[in-house]
Amino acid sequence: MDGGFLPALFTDHTLRVVGLGAGAVGALAGSLGCFALLRRQSLLGDAVSHAALPGIALAFLLTGSRATPVLVLGAALTGWLGTLFVMAVVRHSRIPEDSALGILLSVFFGVGLVLLTFLQRGPTAAQAGLDTFLFGQAATLLVQDVILVLSLGGVALLLLALSWKEVKLLAFDREFGRVQGIPMGRVDLLLTSLLVVAIVLGLQTVGVVLMSALVVAPAAAARQWTDSLGRMVILAGALGAGAGVGGAWMSTLGDGIPTGPAIVLLASGVVAVSILAAPRRGVLWDRIRRRRVRARLAAGGGTPGMPSEAPGERERLGGGD
Amino acid sequence: MPLHVEIQLLAVVVAAACALPGVFLVLRRVALISDAISHSVLLGIVLAFFWVRDLTHPALILGATATGILTVALVEALHRSGRVKEDAAIALVFPALFSLAVLLIARYAGQIHLDVHSVLLGEIALSPFRRWEVGGVDLGPRSLWMMGGILILNAGALLLLWKELKVSTFDPALAASLGFSPVVLHYAFMTLVSVTAVGAFDAVGSILVVALMIAPPATAWLLTDRLSVMVGLSVALAVAAAVTGFWAAWLLDVSIAGSMAAMTGVGFVLAFILAPDRGVLASLRRRARQRVEFSGMLLAVHLLHHEGTADESVETRVDHLQKHLRWSPDFARRVIDRAERVGWVRREGRERLRLTPLGRETAKVGMIR
Repeated sequence: MDGGFLPALFTDHTLRVVGLGAGAVGALAGSLGCFALLRRQSLLGDAVSHAALPGIALAFLLTGSRATPVLVLGAALTGWLGTLFVMAVVRHSRIPEDSALGILLSVFFGVGLVLLTFLQRGPTAAQAGLDTFLFGQAATLLVQDVILVLSLGGVALLLLALSWKEVKLLAFDREFGRVQGIPMGRVDLLLTSLLVVAIVLGLQTVGVVLMSALVVAPAAAARQWTDSLGRMVILAGALGAGAGVGGAWMSTLGDGIPTGPAIVLLASGVVAVSILAAPRRGVLWDRIRRRRVRARLAAGGGTPGMPSEAPGERERLGGGD
Repeated sequence: MPLHVEIQLLAVVVAAACALPGVFLVLRRVALISDAISHSVLLGIVLAFFWVRDLTHPALILGATATGILTVALVEALHRSGRVKEDAAIALVFPALFSLAVLLIARYAGQIHLDVHSVLLGEIALSPFRRWEVGGVDLGPRSLWMMGGILILNAGALLLLWKELKVSTFDPALAASLGFSPVVLHYAFMTLVSVTAVGAFDAVGSILVVALMIAPPATAWLLTDRLSVMVGLSVALAVAAAVTGFWAAWLLDVSIAGSMAAMTGVGFVLAFILAPDRGVLASLRRRARQRVEFSGMLLAVHLLHHEGTADESVETRVDHLQKHLRWSPDFARRVIDRAERVGWVRREGRERLRLTPLGRETAKVGMIR
């Protein structure tokens, strides 16, 4: 099957468009997802993608257009408003962040459902395509959608590269950045906005329900292989792109296989392999190392060079190593 | 019973059943585990269906509850491995399980009458059509019986484990030292959440489960400091959201589950802004009052400072305050009114202020402070 796939990727127009789109979405979400993962905002992606649904419905309701840029704009707007809501609730009340995120995702999604069903009462059948945003259908990607993903995604990655030093500080030592006179609040807003852009661009391919996995999974996998932020971002982008292309291809194999779940399962598989087998951090290597040490201890030898700390304490990233 | 009464009754029971465990989910800061469980139970339903080939079989509920608990266990195992943080563990586990379920359904769509959309979004309007009949006698909608049972189970478990849950929620260290096993209690509680999510998932869809478990307890937490009151309020708020949501959906002819979820959000936003002590407006008002109080003290100190000096006649003029202390005329009037009311200053003529003995004392104390 693999033999037939690669040529088809270059010859079959639809597959090329779909594969390119899904790959670009995966790369964008994967690389920006690293920051969500490191800043413990993994579930923000889940909430934002759910919060995008009413934006999609509203954009369609107001403009009557189903063009991707219009819907993406609406999605970005409510997704962004949603993150502001969470920030406001956490700041001005005793409600913890996880509850605020849960309220955001369920309530906004509920509003989205209300709007979608409201649209479905209408005389036109034009809203039919909006359903694909729930689970994603890469087959509905058009050339101009892919161009949109590539251009907006390119701008997002360019902004990330330009503000690299600042976002790195934000991820690891926000206080130090503040002392250096960098407006960390604005950097935070920039990074969060870039994440919102990545999420809403992925909705058409992966869907509202599963988009968060594409943000977190490649980053979590990449984290196991390296301790350098730069390498982690590049690797996560590559893994995300791989999962995107692979999942898009899988969804062409059978009728009605939604792209989102296929991509997510591939990415989850990569995470499982990484957590088990990545050199140094892998769980399996840990087991082997421990057994060796135990054998050596039983033989009465010392344990020179043995890393003594628990894996949890090695979570810290960056620095030497 | 008329259809709409049955739907509302079901909605009320589901709302109460979800709000009860929701209180502890919110207080223990594991609210989003409800999101994870309510999605991944789909896999249990699908797998159990492959086993028994019957969508009404009780094994489906057992399977779904088991996957709910499996989700919790997987999240904990991942988190404990130290390779990912807890939030990332949640974000990794449930999409994988949910995706597997969706793919299985898509693969065998011809054989299963399990519609992913209705599972996710809920079709509470259709629930009353699935009846429970014994010996030809119609006993009402099946989900109503099931959710009624789950509600009783939740209420009973909460009463039975009240003390243990309360202590372990607010003081885990004390709970451990008193000899409650946190692990046993945690899994017992998570089993309750899973059972509730499964039952409610069937009736109203997973999104409404999340909304009902999180939003009403969070709203209640803004309104009270007492756990027992919070539980009662959560149930009342969830029921109110369910009923108003139902009527809004009925009138507008839109998704009932979506409308109920939206109503839980309306309740939360209202409390967030208007709650008597903890609302945004209350804290704004409190801050404004404190500003006036503090400025009154400042005024007293200012007057004391210039008492008996050469420029006293200038410095004690009301219109001079605007220049000297940079107060707007309106704000100055409010400060002076309050200072007069509490007896710190009195007006001399129309434009002069003079400290009372009480005001003088206050200013002296204020300067020391």
